[in-house]
Amino acid sequence: MKLKQLSVFLENKPGALSAPCRLLAKAGINIQTFALADTREFGILRLVVEDPDRARRLLIRNGFAVKLTEVVALEVPDVPGGLAAILDALDGSGINVEYAYAFTTKHQGHGLLVFRFDDPDSAIKILKSHKISAVDSEELSKRLKG
Amino acid sequence: MSKNHDIPPMHPASAMDFLPLAQLRDVQFIRLRDMVQRAYDHVALFRQRMDERKLKPADLRSMDDIVKLPFTVKSDLRDAYPFGLLASPLQDVVRFHASSGTTGKPIVVGYTREDIQDWTQAMVRSFAACGVHAGDVIQNAYGYGLFTGGLGAHYGAEGIGASVVPISGGNTERQIMLMKDFGVTVICCTPSYFLHLMERAVESGVNLKDLPLRTGVFGAEPWTEGMRERIEAGTAIRAYDIYGLTEIVGPGVAMECVHQTGPHIFEDLFYPEIVDPETLEPLPDGTEGELVLTTLCKRAMPMIRYRTRDITAVTSAKCPCGRTLRRICRIGRRSDDMLIIRGVNLFPSQIEAALLRVEGTLPHYQIIVDRQKGLDTLEVQVEVTNEAFSDTVGALEQLQKRLAHSIESITGLRPAVKLVAPRTLQRSEGKAKRVMDKRLM
Repeated sequence: MKLKQLSVFLENKPGALSAPCRLLAKAGINIQTFALADTREFGILRLVVEDPDRARRLLIRNGFAVKLTEVVALEVPDVPGGLAAILDALDGSGINVEYAYAFTTKHQGHGLLVFRFDDPDSAIKILKSHKISAVDSEELSKRLKG
Repeated sequence: MSKNHDIPPMHPASAMDFLPLAQLRDVQFIRLRDMVQRAYDHVALFRQRMDERKLKPADLRSMDDIVKLPFTVKSDLRDAYPFGLLASPLQDVVRFHASSGTTGKPIVVGYTREDIQDWTQAMVRSFAACGVHAGDVIQNAYGYGLFTGGLGAHYGAEGIGASVVPISGGNTERQIMLMKDFGVTVICCTPSYFLHLMERAVESGVNLKDLPLRTGVFGAEPWTEGMRERIEAGTAIRAYDIYGLTEIVGPGVAMECVHQTGPHIFEDLFYPEIVDPETLEPLPDGTEGELVLTTLCKRAMPMIRYRTRDITAVTSAKCPCGRTLRRICRIGRRSDDMLIIRGVNLFPSQIEAALLRVEGTLPHYQIIVDRQKGLDTLEVQVEVTNEAFSDTVGALEQLQKRLAHSIESITGLRPAVKLVAPRTLQRSEGKAKRVMDKRLM
């Protein structure tokens, strides 16, 4: 139920973001969503892509520093309190949300959020018991295409 | 073909490595006296300096008298450009080499046929000392041309009976391909280039540990024990330090044996002294100072008491290999490379050592020194590796802090550490360019 996310080291300078994106474009790898974390000096580009293993090999071969991390995509009802419900479910579990970002798609009144938990497996288990289910990569591709 | 690290039977050329000390000193003295006479007869600058000291070649009575002779420095070679220090007629010179002149004219050295033979022997002894033998396949990635590294290693490699792959520097993809396809067992290059090669091998999916490669002959730039550990941990090779300089002959002035205890100086050809770089007073074995070398056999261009600018110590402590040749301790620094930042002496090798102490990092770095509002600033740019990179900003900031702390604990200077993307810092195929001193621009 987890998704593979690629994190790429970028220097904080003009053009740094375009290099990896162009590389993926040329290889025909679609970026499903991304987020950028930045400091004054460097940034981390986080990507969810169609073929993460191939993308990772490609980026490393072209000299990028890349880490593969596991994230969880969760459906969130697009209503007030939708996000709060997820966080409430995890309350008291000791699981930390390191960061989160979103997909731009909306599916039957639900938004799709990407979460990086410090303990993704436990998070999925707890959320499941609260009837909040994670979206796997197959389902994700289907939705993005549909 | 043996691929382990066993010591093969002694190569005949290595016999000189084991000469009893008394005999070695005799050989040295006879050769010194002859060479000083030749230089006095044919090199105007040397004769003039001897005359100023009211010294004649015949005044040399023992090896100890070498301290009476005048020093030679790099600017003497520049001033004599191109042929002013030749002691042989030009028609006896069979080859020239030159060192890259970063400032002004290059320095030029000439070799007679006998000089080339002596150099080849020194390189044969170098290869033999670290267990290379006939049947090895040697990939020579030192640059061929005016630089002494390429041809020096090449002649030695042929001399020991190995099969040579004269690939020269650069074209890393092809280096890796031939290394694999030719079953290369020995690589010769600068240690920084080999690190680059290791990274590229990983990227192209070649595991160097799976190849027959077992020996690295690394030189032409100062490197650290930390670098040796990294190279040996990432491959199945043993990394050996070879020392040399163009002014004296090129590579093969000194070479480590299989015990990796620091390069043994081929003392019957190159006589070492250590002097205080300030007062020029001779220092005893075991004391650190500037290495001074005298060629004992060179005909075309004898070098007498040449100040190398390399800071090291010479040790006469016994090596398990039994060679009677003294060793130089690892040359971690050159007085030429020293930076003075806020009054503190800094050597690039200290930065290398500091970076290597942090897990997952590689010493691809550049030092940028500047002056802002009258105060020196020190920035160290470090390339992020896949191993050291992590997904969160906090972890990367921690990495910056660890690197800065490690540098500060070794140098006493607090640097600004800047993480840069892999492969963005200049990779030379030869010597690494580590320092940008903007105060001088």
